[in-house]
Amino acid sequence: MLLNIEQIRTDFPALHQHVNGRKLIYFDNAATTQKPQAVINRISEYYSHENSNIHRGAHYLSHKATEAYEQARKTLQQFLNAPDDRQIIFTRGTTESINLVASSFCKKFVKPGDEILISAMEHHSNIVPWQIACQDHQAELKVIPMNDKGELELEHLSTLLTSKTKLLAVTHVSNALGTINPIKEIITIAHKNGTPVLIDGAQATSHLAVDVQDLDCDFYCMSAHKLYGPMGVGVLYGKESWLEAMPPYQGGGEMIKDVSFTKTSYNDLPFKFEAGTPNVGDVLGMEEAVKYINHLGIKNIAAHETELMDYALSKLGSVDTLRFIGTPNERTGVISFSFNDIHPYDTGIILDKLGIAVRTGHHCAQPVMDFFGIPGTVRVSFGFYNTREEVDQLIEALEKVRIMFS
Amino acid sequence: MTIQEQEKNIIAEFELFDDWMDKYNYIIELGKSLPPFDPELKQDKYLIKGCQAHVWLYPTHQNGKVFFTADSDAMITKGIVALLIRVLSGQPPVEIIKSNLDFIQQIGLRDHLSQTRSNGLSNMIKQMKLYAIALESSHKK
Repeated sequence: MLLNIEQIRTDFPALHQHVNGRKLIYFDNAATTQKPQAVINRISEYYSHENSNIHRGAHYLSHKATEAYEQARKTLQQFLNAPDDRQIIFTRGTTESINLVASSFCKKFVKPGDEILISAMEHHSNIVPWQIACQDHQAELKVIPMNDKGELELEHLSTLLTSKTKLLAVTHVSNALGTINPIKEIITIAHKNGTPVLIDGAQATSHLAVDVQDLDCDFYCMSAHKLYGPMGVGVLYGKESWLEAMPPYQGGGEMIKDVSFTKTSYNDLPFKFEAGTPNVGDVLGMEEAVKYINHLGIKNIAAHETELMDYALSKLGSVDTLRFIGTPNERTGVISFSFNDIHPYDTGIILDKLGIAVRTGHHCAQPVMDFFGIPGTVRVSFGFYNTREEVDQLIEALEKVRIMFS
Repeated sequence: MTIQEQEKNIIAEFELFDDWMDKYNYIIELGKSLPPFDPELKQDKYLIKGCQAHVWLYPTHQNGKVFFTADSDAMITKGIVALLIRVLSGQPPVEIIKSNLDFIQQIGLRDHLSQTRSNGLSNMIKQMKLYAIALESSHKK
């Protein structure tokens, strides 16, 4: 089904504004997506009519909010095709999901001399938590290298995986380059070595259908705000056996069964990992965003975005002195580039003056920039509401940039 | 020329532009006309790191006045660096410490200073003032 983009755009109030006297063109969707009115309304509705603390009150509002919250868990379970809703843990987002595993999993399973494997194209969020864990447990961080196209060199994977490799953490889609990693293949290889795999799905869930059972990943992390939902909320999916075996991440209310001063017994999944009063309103907002995506159909979204990306790639390819950073065969969401003699920051400022929002800089992936020997890139990232006309205007704006700095 | 006089001149120059593009072209030109920064001074101790654009600042003093040379890897940042140097370099430390650099706002470039993480500009001003404070207090001793 072809998406009616003009119609869809009317659902997003933030897209209809002027910036520096020009119609906003929003190409910074990999940083965060805009929110449809339905999501905004859902959060407002919760605070207007349902607000109460969940899982404990005996009163009407508490029941209502608890039911809505647990229904949201089911919606997210279906979205990721998780076997059970107990495997959906609500977090503050991908970063917290990764930190939870890095802290809790490593505490239990990582011993001095062990290794954690990540890749050369990770976001800082999928590097630093593992560095901290490795420091804490005297383990070593190993890195899967990538090639000049911005693709992982998987021929090294089998030698990098050893009996010491306790976990492999890799991104589904690179936030800096747009590369889609062959994670199913990576997971299969890692599992042959007995190594569980965590997938950073922050950049994937708005562009690709994710089926955690088909992937057979051990952990999958995602954020609502990259998926047209609210900020500050996300999901950690985990295989039940791991989640059961892992110790709690934080202590507090909600995550306990019984507490005395001598001993505390922990609650069952998923509550063991959800200490404190959760962010109910935003979880409901996230559910609404998932419903919105489901309504459009992730396959339809992917088809529109692929067509738009191909168009943008061919147009950008004809801009003089423009150099693509990363030319992976499989790509979604992101195109990174730079001009030979123009600092990305300068490009970003002029594009902003022209009403075009892109991200410039290292995109929280400094090792990727070091690899390409550049201070940063200009990153254009797409959502389903972007159009060919917007791409045309970007090209025109880039020509202006080129002239200004030549 | 005093800091205030320099600021007044810059404001008058920028009033000539009615189009943002002319203004930014002028800023880029200012950056290009900044005297070259000694490559040997491109050391970490003179580097003011921004999240995106970096600034190098090298202060010296002579006859009770402070002199700055500076550079940036981004042209627009470099143009604003040139303006700051024009206003503050060669001034007595007391005047540098007192300056509030209102002209930046008046010529419509305040955004570039508030983006504290993206470029080194606001930290550059802080460093310029810190240097002036250090020099001033060492004189008092």
